[in-house]
Amino acid sequence: MSARKPYVRPMGGWWRRNPFFMRYMVREASAVFLAVYAVILLAGVYRLSQGAAAYEAWLAALRNPLAIVFHGIALLAVAYHAYTWWKVMPKTLPMLHVGGRRIPEITLSAVGWAAWLAASLIVYALVRGL
Amino acid sequence: MADSTKTIEMEVLRYRPEQDTEPFYQTFSVPFADDWSVLQGLQYIKDDLDSSLSFRWSCRMAICGSCGYMIDGVPKLGCRTFLRHYYPHKVRVGPLENFPIERDLVVGIDDFIGKLESIKPYIIPREARTLEQGEYRQTPAQRDQYEQYSSCINCLLCYSACPQYGLNPGFTGPAALALLHRYNADSRDQGWEARSEIVNAEDGVWRCMLVGYCSEVCPKGVDPAHAINQNKVNSTLDYFGVLKFLMPKGAAK
Repeated sequence: MSARKPYVRPMGGWWRRNPFFMRYMVREASAVFLAVYAVILLAGVYRLSQGAAAYEAWLAALRNPLAIVFHGIALLAVAYHAYTWWKVMPKTLPMLHVGGRRIPEITLSAVGWAAWLAASLIVYALVRGL
Repeated sequence: MADSTKTIEMEVLRYRPEQDTEPFYQTFSVPFADDWSVLQGLQYIKDDLDSSLSFRWSCRMAICGSCGYMIDGVPKLGCRTFLRHYYPHKVRVGPLENFPIERDLVVGIDDFIGKLESIKPYIIPREARTLEQGEYRQTPAQRDQYEQYSSCINCLLCYSACPQYGLNPGFTGPAALALLHRYNADSRDQGWEARSEIVNAEDGVWRCMLVGYCSEVCPKGVDPAHAINQNKVNSTLDYFGVLKFLMPKGAAK
């Protein structure tokens, strides 16, 4: 008869065990702010389709201090999400070589961060009518 | 022990299945020299303090992959982790997370061994070469495509770093999927189809949520997260039936 009696440890609160897991959870949770922001933006498009008065009302709602606070937090969350998105992106690519040398992950991430920054600046310039 | 001037407190998780209902920490005072590893501390405990302590070890030089433990909550090899880095604080040593504890620091790895066999960890050529045809030839560039993944020593630190494996033990997991990719990426191998069922399954690459800690703790730079996540792309291409056109070496079996 086997004397084995394996003990299986519980997984409750696993993400609090290690700072690495906590950063992972923040990374994933930051997507929620992105989703809520997208819903608010879609609501704006819908209000625009209903006419000028409806759109003005939506704009007025955005001037509410709570809406401004939310958008401030959402901006930080989305920035962090974009940062981490490019950070892990190289894991999804095959090994890339240039001139017989492998391109390091940090280089691939840096290209992504630069593209993200450039795209953000272009959108900002367009919105401000520069 | 005469030249030892320092003593560190080692808290070791004990679990004796015949008498304990659950694990508990036992503290040992271990005199140590500067070059002592955590493994040497455990050996001192077993030789001089409590011979009932059970733990796995073999080579003492980070190549056999036997002495993986949770050291202060981080999966590490006992032989390449030094007591001096924890002194003057105490150090906690436990069995690898996400595996059932058999006894003290020994965990059950039957599940992983089964998965390792299932991924067909050997070269599957489309047509085996005969002795007369000579060896399989390969360029350095072709070798670079899989060499890092072939460095895996099956120490299972990556499984202990993977919350997905802890939550869903059905997940094929980092090391097995990295080794699967090691063979798929080998120019001498045409076994994608023979292994594709495991890659494409829900418990295959798609179970991975890219926490990425497996690659952080790997003592051999295998980067399992990279092996798994580039195969999400391959799995998608396979689903749409275009992968076989993209494989320069063609698919077999």
